[in-house]
Amino acid sequence: MPALRWIRRNLVVIAGLLTLAYMILPNIVVMVFSFNKPNGRFNYSWQRFSLDAWKDPCGVADLCGSLSLSLQIAFWATLGATALGTMVAFALVRYRFRARGAISSLIFLPMAMPEVVMAASLLTLFLNMGAQLGFWTVLIAHIMFCLSFVVTAVKARVMSMDPRLEEAARDLYAGPVQTFVRVTLPIAAPGIAAGALLAFALSFDDFIITNFNAGSSVTFPMFVWGSAQRGTPVQINVIGTAMFIIAVLMVLVGQLIANRRKSNARS
Amino acid sequence: MSVTEAPPAPPSHPEEPKLRKPSTRKRLIPYWLLLPGILWLVVFFALPLVYQASTSVQTGSLEEGFEVTWHFQTYVDALRDYYPQFIRSLLYAGTATILCLLLGYPLAYLIAFKAGRWRNLVLVLVIAPFFTSFLIRTLAWKTILADGGAVVDVLNTLHVLDVTSWLGWTESNRVLATPMAVVCGLTYNFLPFMILPLYTSLERIDGRLHEAAGDLYATPATTFRKVTFPLSMPGVVAGTLLTFIPASGDYVNAELLGSTDTKMVGSVIQSQFLRVLDYPTAAALSFILMAVVLLMVTFYIRRSGTEDLV
Repeated sequence: MPALRWIRRNLVVIAGLLTLAYMILPNIVVMVFSFNKPNGRFNYSWQRFSLDAWKDPCGVADLCGSLSLSLQIAFWATLGATALGTMVAFALVRYRFRARGAISSLIFLPMAMPEVVMAASLLTLFLNMGAQLGFWTVLIAHIMFCLSFVVTAVKARVMSMDPRLEEAARDLYAGPVQTFVRVTLPIAAPGIAAGALLAFALSFDDFIITNFNAGSSVTFPMFVWGSAQRGTPVQINVIGTAMFIIAVLMVLVGQLIANRRKSNARS
Repeated sequence: MSVTEAPPAPPSHPEEPKLRKPSTRKRLIPYWLLLPGILWLVVFFALPLVYQASTSVQTGSLEEGFEVTWHFQTYVDALRDYYPQFIRSLLYAGTATILCLLLGYPLAYLIAFKAGRWRNLVLVLVIAPFFTSFLIRTLAWKTILADGGAVVDVLNTLHVLDVTSWLGWTESNRVLATPMAVVCGLTYNFLPFMILPLYTSLERIDGRLHEAAGDLYATPATTFRKVTFPLSMPGVVAGTLLTFIPASGDYVNAELLGSTDTKMVGSVIQSQFLRVLDYPTAAALSFILMAVVLLMVTFYIRRSGTEDLV
């Protein structure tokens, strides 16, 4: 049977594409259901087509407030974690010093711990200190768990950097600051950008740690969580779809810039 | 955290007037770079664990206040009351990890070796779903697995649900609110954490090794078994850890897609902490979970022989 033989030969490709379909299916459902006009409080079954939610994405109480809170936290958390993480990554790759092993483990541990454990322990700290739960406690928590991921991303890039480029800069009488700004930073930039993007995505999407430490503040994931109990407005799907489209566009634009740079470098 | 605090003791004697000398100053650079980040992790990651340890051996109530009484009985009671949730968490997380590996490997392989000029597109398609909040996507599974929906109908027609119900994974004609729905959600949510490390380690494999295996008359299956898979082990280990650890503590999938019979230990910790306000029990549970996961991870890393991963 030629058909069977074809399937056997392309088994990996078929299996891979099926996995890809499994991964994208919920996004398609989210997109389709953003055009639904639900009957009742929950948007789980298809009723009829409507553009209402797209016309009025902020039409649900507290939704856009939670969105803006999440964006603010993600912005500051990204800034904090990227700054601190980049410094740590450079120290770990470029210098030999005592306690290097211990520090590497300290960086690794937050990634090797179930989120709920970190969330709960951080809450005991804040309760013991009598801290007011809200924006600041969430920001502190987000910088904490994003830090390790930034370090890992930047470290990978810095490790693959050729130290001879910096030596060459020094040989050409560039000062340490000049070498860093003109040579080191541009080469490390993709790693730092990857770390920052990861931090932003992790912070924006985090639910478990935020849920423990937010007090009465409501971030976007917490709003969605609450809506699963109270009723899910279609606007949630609109925002989910918009996020997906913006992300894809950003990646495409990035790719375009990278391609253009490559062809410029070649010519 | 302020950056102005003293750095950890430098290798030389700080009181020496030589501090201005470039060599000493240079030796201090790594400590200054590390200071803010490490301080942050010590204060907001390590110190909280100490606080939690102390909370777990306290007794008292919210009204009268808690006191450290070295009451280790809390651990025994917590285990006795909640061992089903513990076992369930490890079971669900383990199943989801194995499913992630089985589903993720072909896709990672496809991206690394077969995608050609489509590689970047497929990579984008793997990462892009991430940007829709995972809670929204998990809620979408409610629609997909809904009673009387297309998926349930197909599984019913194929008599798959008869088998899974017999195994206790589903209830007659239902997928939603059963263990299968929870495992499906867990697998879905943590798949990218499996695929990306797998892809990175597969991509590093020299294509000439495949040619060499072919030249030595190895069939594709043998090449995979003897060359590709062993070389991808670092990715397999990293991927399984990145899937299993967060999955074992997750309670979102169990709460949104499951029922009271599928509660995982994360749910218990959450409700003890935020609703029942029984902090000692919650802290003890969270400590047991951490210990179990760390022990399993250490053992697994030792066994798989990729200690350089950490």
